[in-house]
Amino acid sequence: MKNLLDLFLTFAKIGLFTFGGGYAMISLIENACVERKRWITHDDMMNITVIAESTPGPIAINCATFVGYRQKGLPGALAATFGLILPSFVILYAVSVFLDSFLEIAWIANAFRGIRIAVGILIADAAVHMIRKMKKKPLSCVILLCSFAAMLCVNAFSLRFSSISLMLLAGAVSLTVFLIKNASSGKGSEQP
Amino acid sequence: MIYLDLLIGFLKVGCFAFGGAYGAIPLIRDVVLSYGWLSDERLTDMIAVSESTPGPIMVNLATYVGSSQAGFFGALIATLAVVTPSFLIILLLTILLKTALKNKYVAAVLGGLKPCVIGIVLATGCVMMFRQGVLPLLTESSDYRPLILTAGLALVYFGSRKILKKGLSPIVLILISACAGIAAYGM
Repeated sequence: MKNLLDLFLTFAKIGLFTFGGGYAMISLIENACVERKRWITHDDMMNITVIAESTPGPIAINCATFVGYRQKGLPGALAATFGLILPSFVILYAVSVFLDSFLEIAWIANAFRGIRIAVGILIADAAVHMIRKMKKKPLSCVILLCSFAAMLCVNAFSLRFSSISLMLLAGAVSLTVFLIKNASSGKGSEQP
Repeated sequence: MIYLDLLIGFLKVGCFAFGGAYGAIPLIRDVVLSYGWLSDERLTDMIAVSESTPGPIMVNLATYVGSSQAGFFGALIATLAVVTPSFLIILLLTILLKTALKNKYVAAVLGGLKPCVIGIVLATGCVMMFRQGVLPLLTESSDYRPLILTAGLALVYFGSRKILKKGLSPIVLILISACAGIAAYGM
């Protein structure tokens, strides 16, 4: 019980003190779980970061679930994950209650007209950062460009085509190309 | 029924949110705009608020959208829905399928998903910059201020990387843009 509480509180603290989500949280989780508490090793941490990149959902949640499970099984995973989301939940719930009356104040509404512009810049910048980190194989580049063009069209003509359908399509294309390559190289090795 | 819509909408987001918070934003935008839960403006405001409050951005957005549509229980359902897929997938991977991600077919599918997510995020960023920065100039009011703000903020944000070692953090950019908004529209 004491361990579960410790997991819960440690991750609640991480949830409360990291701004900007994602990678900012990873260094805090590493500091708490590897260096101070010694719940997992540095190698574990590296592994889970790699896994988190290939699985959906917030990276911090992936880490919390993994550390919690390693420490105390399913109850541990639940305690760590709930600990991590509790501060977000409380804070944003409070924001949602007050935001509307807040936005009626003229200077705050003006501030948000400026802020909306910054958000577009941040998202475009995040994409550029992701492109830099991507392994640039020909197929990846083609998929990236086609997805970009498709998404622009969807927005420009207000088409009803969700990003999820686009992702499924990209996954299917990539799998098909892999299977075709596999089949042709398989044939190649059969021939003497 | 709103609770069911929130549950399904955010489960979808949770299942497909590859590439961290920014990968999730286009999906949340899809869901929120197609159900008509929030206006594009309000959603953009909330992305900034979620970036400036602690915790994972996806969870913050889910809580806000849920609460704005269906109060406390809406917030609870949306938040749990957005984290449940990643919780279950990690459990599955740590308990049963330790090598699933190394499977070549899984790797092939992921190899297509990742660049697709990047393309979607890039397009979303461009569309949002266009809508907020350029479009007001083309409407009847022909408001030129957003365009100047866009150019100025982009210059400050990207220029800061040339001068400072790590550049400005997103939160600092949001603060600067708030001041710029007050100066441009309040005076």
